[in-house]
Amino acid sequence: MAEQTTIGAALVVGGGISGMQAALDLADSGYYVYLVEKTGAIGGAMPQYNKVFPTNDCSMCIIAPKLVECGRHPNIRIMTLSTVLDVAGRAGNFTVRVREYPRYVDVTKCIACGQCSGSCPKSVDDSFNSNIAKRKAIYIKYPQAVPLKYQIDPQACLRLKNPDKCGVCAEICPPGAINFNDRERDHEIKIGAVVMALGFQTFDPSKAKVWGYGVYPNVITSLQFERYLSPNGPTDGLLTRPSDRKPVKRIAFLQCIGSRDKNRCNNEYCSAVCCMYAIKEAMTVKEANPELDVAIFYMDMRTPGKEFDRYFERAKNEYGVRFVRSRIHGVEPKGTKGDLRLHYISVQGKQVEETVDLVVLSVGLETPDSMVKLAEKIGIHMTPDRFASISAFMPVHTSKRGVFTCGAFNGPRDIPQSVIGGSAAAASVSALLAPARHTLTRTLPPPPELDVRRQTPRIGVFVCHCGTNIAGVVDVEEVAAYAATLPQVAHVARNLFTCAQDTQDLLVQEIRDKGLNRIVIAACTPRTHEPLFRKTLKSAGINEYLIEMANIRNQNAWVHNQQPEVATAKAKDLIRMAVAKVSSLTARKPLRIPIAPSVLVIGGGVAGMTAALNLAQQGFQIHLVEKTTQLGGNALHLFQTWNGEHVPRYLKGLKEEVQQHPLIEVAYTSTVLAVSGHVGNFVTTIRTGANRKRVIEHGAVIITTGAKRYIPEEFEYGKIPKVVASIEFDKLHMHNETRVANGKSFVFIQCVGSRNQERPYCSKSCCTHSIQSAIKLKKEAPSRQIYILYREIRTYGQRERIYNQARELGIVFINYEMHGPPRIKKADNGVLVEVWDHVLHRPLEIRADVVILAAATLASPEAGDLATLFKLPLNSDGFFQEAHVKLRPVEFNVDGVFVAGLAHYPKPLEESISQALAAAAKAGRLLARKEINLEPNIALVDPVLCDGCGLCIDVCPYQAITLVEYRDGEGNPLKTVHVDQVLCKGCGICQGACPKRGVDVAGFTYAQIEAQIDAALDQSCVLEEDA
Amino acid sequence: MSREAKIIAFCCNWCSYAAADLAGISRLQYPGSIRIIRVMCSGMVHPEMVIHALDKGADGVMIIGCHLGECHYIRGNEMALARAEVIADTLEDLGYESERFRIAWVSSAEPERLAEAFREMSARLASLRETDASPSGIGE
Repeated sequence: MAEQTTIGAALVVGGGISGMQAALDLADSGYYVYLVEKTGAIGGAMPQYNKVFPTNDCSMCIIAPKLVECGRHPNIRIMTLSTVLDVAGRAGNFTVRVREYPRYVDVTKCIACGQCSGSCPKSVDDSFNSNIAKRKAIYIKYPQAVPLKYQIDPQACLRLKNPDKCGVCAEICPPGAINFNDRERDHEIKIGAVVMALGFQTFDPSKAKVWGYGVYPNVITSLQFERYLSPNGPTDGLLTRPSDRKPVKRIAFLQCIGSRDKNRCNNEYCSAVCCMYAIKEAMTVKEANPELDVAIFYMDMRTPGKEFDRYFERAKNEYGVRFVRSRIHGVEPKGTKGDLRLHYISVQGKQVEETVDLVVLSVGLETPDSMVKLAEKIGIHMTPDRFASISAFMPVHTSKRGVFTCGAFNGPRDIPQSVIGGSAAAASVSALLAPARHTLTRTLPPPPELDVRRQTPRIGVFVCHCGTNIAGVVDVEEVAAYAATLPQVAHVARNLFTCAQDTQDLLVQEIRDKGLNRIVIAACTPRTHEPLFRKTLKSAGINEYLIEMANIRNQNAWVHNQQPEVATAKAKDLIRMAVAKVSSLTARKPLRIPIAPSVLVIGGGVAGMTAALNLAQQGFQIHLVEKTTQLGGNALHLFQTWNGEHVPRYLKGLKEEVQQHPLIEVAYTSTVLAVSGHVGNFVTTIRTGANRKRVIEHGAVIITTGAKRYIPEEFEYGKIPKVVASIEFDKLHMHNETRVANGKSFVFIQCVGSRNQERPYCSKSCCTHSIQSAIKLKKEAPSRQIYILYREIRTYGQRERIYNQARELGIVFINYEMHGPPRIKKADNGVLVEVWDHVLHRPLEIRADVVILAAATLASPEAGDLATLFKLPLNSDGFFQEAHVKLRPVEFNVDGVFVAGLAHYPKPLEESISQALAAAAKAGRLLARKEINLEPNIALVDPVLCDGCGLCIDVCPYQAITLVEYRDGEGNPLKTVHVDQVLCKGCGICQGACPKRGVDVAGFTYAQIEAQIDAALDQSCVLEEDA
Repeated sequence: MSREAKIIAFCCNWCSYAAADLAGISRLQYPGSIRIIRVMCSGMVHPEMVIHALDKGADGVMIIGCHLGECHYIRGNEMALARAEVIADTLEDLGYESERFRIAWVSSAEPERLAEAFREMSARLASLRETDASPSGIGE
């Protein structure tokens, strides 16, 4: 039987954010995961970053919970210092050989005390810090590393090179964890599927001497700059000039170093992330030092992602970052004091010279040789740009069945795309291995829970520095000292990152050692981090609800960063309030309810169909609701993908698969009318074509309602028949209509309705689309004159290849950013387009046979209705706002609802498909659990105070409350109310209405709220400070 | 030294508390007198809590929920609005200016609106203090 040969385990190669996401989704979906990482700790590139764009969230803060989750998942086995030797077998049943290199430190013994490193005599360049600092021969990769275990660098260790030398670490290691005789070990692992998340390396600019990298000390890479800015970097976030440690006054960022460059390196592609990270780094440094002069020298500002253009505008207009459109070809020294000279030609055509004291090279992304070799060995085809060769229609499938890929190994991409890829790969593995789900996973019983009911509160307060996010504003030392004076506080500690693995271990230790029974975490927001700390409490044997977070970052340090004293005083108040609340919290148990094993998918475009099909392949029942009479959505108008794959053929196949799958039921001409219920048990009413109502019960929802196109109001559209929108042009082109067939001159106008005041966002796919159409036109008849009038050409990633091809074919690109949009006039037999030529610096008049407008993608007008029905936020452009732009890109804060495709933001087909698979992974992960733990925030009745007046019954929106009549011991008739635990959602509307304080919600009781109020207004504390 | 002005702001978990987190991410600035108390719904806040806060010395109290029609719990914010009218009347009876209490609506994607509501409330209370302090003003 096929079922018997399918193995319910997967191998994930690469422990960066993409691989971690794939591992977590798979492990939670019922598959055992081997997570193979070549270095000593997982995390990949993200821990090296200071902040992430476009939110400027601290990178460590958002990745730390994921690191911890991977580290303590019972169904993920992390194999560090390991590489894959070979993969044999077939999809569903592979045998993999993994070589684990020696760590020379016994991980079962190492307690990460760091004494070894403290006394190690040998220092070498620290690659984690991009070689701007040293580390010892025995080291941990970074302080928040998972696993938090030391390792010996055999290239650096004196003892490993010569057995007669040193060995001091072995002498002083308290638990005796050092083992110089450690040897490499080969493991043979049986798995059903492989996920390759091999990641990237940054381009090494010392290869080309022109930028002076490695020659002039004040030329550094963007990654080095990131380490300078990082609070956990070697300079604690303080930026000085490498040559003389003097403060920096003028910084120049040079873009496209090792990208879009066929001359100095063979990286023709655009690295897709450098524009955004340069803006981020420039903004960060300007924020700390507004007087600095920071300039970014670029060719095209490629900020096509969600909220990216607003970020770019903010950098320019609010932060005063200078943007100079010019490619700098060389950096020279000026004088002998370390200054650097840049020489360039401005957009006005003038020669300009600038002197700066720091040059930051925005280095591109590339695939390391070793990874290319590994891919070849496994049998994966690669693109000429040395990334995994993937179809836009199957964006995480390699050329080898059963082997999937994600992250930057699929082409340069940012964190959300990597996270989406990780989830998408997990969904594809889940579909493949569905018969073997739950065959190899295990569940660990939690440790016995301490009964704290009779104990007096012993509160532990943990104050997070959050790097410098909190500690840079709030005087954390003073705050911690203050917290120690609060009643019932038994222990106070400060941590660089309270969410990191080392602090979780510490928390458990302190709970046990100090007998703590309640915890206050003064850090960021409970909305993102409370689940992590709850798990930690659980693993320490404390009820997971005996925790309160004081939000001293988002709601304090960040909103009062100009007033440190105010922020410090407020932090004390917030901690006092949390301490007051936590001391009255009671132990609770989550409510366990079964999950309906079906998913409602709203919208039958490519994203909806992809999600539906994947989940059906995973074995779940799907209800696909489509408002029109046919499946296909916006893709019905598309002809080809960016790399020339034929969309109509693919769409036909996908539609047939969806229509024929026994687990998918499609409702055409249907819309959602009403929604009730919650994660695991939604009840949705739809109106079907015959104006009938149908009620669907489902465990999860995926929203893939797409977008609509902008109908241009400018450029004489609708007035001159020769001015058409790009989608219309595709149709004319496909049918070789006379305007196209006889056309000699074609003008494409970009950004029509996008990136303006009304819609300050980029529609992302139009540059590529226009260039493809232009190439096709030119190839059909090379004599045709073709112009593309643009603001920035945003052929990000490997799409750059078609931009280059277009230019080689003689297509003329004219930039209208500087001199304003072109003007259109009707002329004999055609259209006249007036534009300023940015190269010749004079006005140009082009006679066009057809003018093609690259019209914007707009949010679907129906999004608002769905947002209201499912209680979801929309962003200011009308697109659905995901829970977290970086790490929760397809989820909402409302559990069980997911989003994919154009409903989220304009994007090309392969990104919609990827995101749809990611949404399917999340829904599958939820449904695989079969039952769900709901927050026990339910209303509880106090029978002594409740007199059965019934006011609460009338206001309860869920009809969860009923009147109960009973008799007391003496037989007197009495009344009270009963709250149904499943129907109650814990809103507390009853609580707000009760005249007797007879009913309140656990975790938000009258007493707890009053305690918070009293603590917030406690005047004794103010006096204490004054004294 | 006069005591520090403090404003208690009850923020619902789904909209305004999320907006307050986003205000931080966006580095918006608002007065340091705001003390946010997270509640599940604006409809959860009992009028007694508002009065309790003022009795304990709060300068002002805010209840901030989701926009009407967008309540996570169907109509909790409508309940809060209905009670707000009662609260305003009661406050006058108890000798508090009704301006010391305010109800507002903010979605989770509107951090600027939240920050503005905080600034506005703070300014309103500051002008109230000035009136109190001036000889012609009526003190508490």
